[in-house]
Amino acid sequence: MRKAIVFAGVAAVAAGCAGMGGEMAYREQAVGIMKRDFHARGMATVDRLNQDELQRVCTQYNNKPPADVEKRLEAAQLAAIKAPADGKYMGDWKRGQRIASSGRGMTWSDKPGAAGGSCYNCHQLSPQQPSFGTIGPSLRGFGKTRGYTAEMQKYAYERIYNSKAFSLCSTMPRFGHSGTLNEQQIKDVVAYLMDPASPVNR
Amino acid sequence: MRHALVLCAAAGLAAGLAGQPAVAQSDDRTAAEFDKFREVLEEANPAELWELKGEELWKTRRGPKNASLEQCDLGLGPGVVKGAYVQMPRYFADTGKVMDAEQRIVHCMITLQGFKYEELAKAPFSRGNYTPDPVSIVTYVAAQSREMKIAVPQSHPKERETYEIGKQIFYYRAGPWDFSCASCHGEDGLRIRTQNLPNFTKPGAQAARSFIGWPGYRMTGGVMHSLQWRMNDCFRQQRFPEPGYASDTIAALLTYMGVNSNGELYRGPGIKR
Repeated sequence: MRKAIVFAGVAAVAAGCAGMGGEMAYREQAVGIMKRDFHARGMATVDRLNQDELQRVCTQYNNKPPADVEKRLEAAQLAAIKAPADGKYMGDWKRGQRIASSGRGMTWSDKPGAAGGSCYNCHQLSPQQPSFGTIGPSLRGFGKTRGYTAEMQKYAYERIYNSKAFSLCSTMPRFGHSGTLNEQQIKDVVAYLMDPASPVNR
Repeated sequence: MRHALVLCAAAGLAAGLAGQPAVAQSDDRTAAEFDKFREVLEEANPAELWELKGEELWKTRRGPKNASLEQCDLGLGPGVVKGAYVQMPRYFADTGKVMDAEQRIVHCMITLQGFKYEELAKAPFSRGNYTPDPVSIVTYVAAQSREMKIAVPQSHPKERETYEIGKQIFYYRAGPWDFSCASCHGEDGLRIRTQNLPNFTKPGAQAARSFIGWPGYRMTGGVMHSLQWRMNDCFRQQRFPEPGYASDTIAALLTYMGVNSNGELYRGPGIKR
């Protein structure tokens, strides 16, 4: 019994020297320092420093968690997505365009409720908007290339609502889950991606 | 006079930039114009104005204790300013912790001159015609490391520990949008809108873009900003709560990014878009 404990201790030290355990100790210190140093400002409260399980896992495994953990958490994220009450996924693409272009939302200098989707920060969408980022893939011709199907509308809605349901440690924010965009706003962005008349598909 | 002219020109360009529509074509054009303008400006860098003001603040007896900062130890001995900036953050035995340049200057203003942290932290960032004293002073201090190699030390155990803590802060995902610093600055060749995002996890020239050019004269707004402001605004965009001014969180992050910048040439206070 005592041998086993000693062995476990040696293993932990070895793991620590190899990185994992040491990293965990440094992370604990880092979190302690952050919790001491940060203060609430505007809507940005200090509880934002507390990680949920997904954030914790993605940080711990440097965005490459073990497959079983990944599957379990992705399923939980998918199950928590609220489908539109009326069963319709498409809103107004013109409103969707405004939401896609706005980088506002959720910072301490933003007003609650005044949020955009920041889509262009990371994605190419309409050819008429050449100021786009490259953190995410190009979504130009989204509906045109994938097909204007009901399944694709549903997928777009769910992907915007919670990207992590499809790729656990995706960089993309969970716009529905985090309360950044409401149901109607997500529908409007779906229409921006999926309406044949939207500039994204022209 | 020369400075006044440069400032007017800079303000004019900044106003011009603000009026540009946010499309890549004009952004490219703006970027090209900005580069040309920066070349001209480097002959008479507006940051020099704050260097001069900072030097005066450093040497003048001020504060409740009516003392100058000339006995302030920036790591190379009391009063030694030359080369100090490119060797910070570093460990200080008197506080028992690793401190970055501005944090150390604030510490000296408190201990030597008798200023209060709460007062200094009340409005720590430049705005309009207002420049906080520590920003001018750090600009002066940084200028005394012009054309020197970045050499953030890692010899003390606390310095190595602070690097590791800074790294953990850099990769820590949290907040409503699940971001960490690495979400934007952890990969090569990314862009947000048309703005290039340097990879601060990659030692050398890429990471050094976190260090080089700061403190910087920022054309948007025509103000001088230090790394304290840059870190603060990154956390704002990361959707985090606000980090304390001159806090250990910032010092740890600057240690991580500073060490990754080691070996690169620091050109002194710069010009930022």
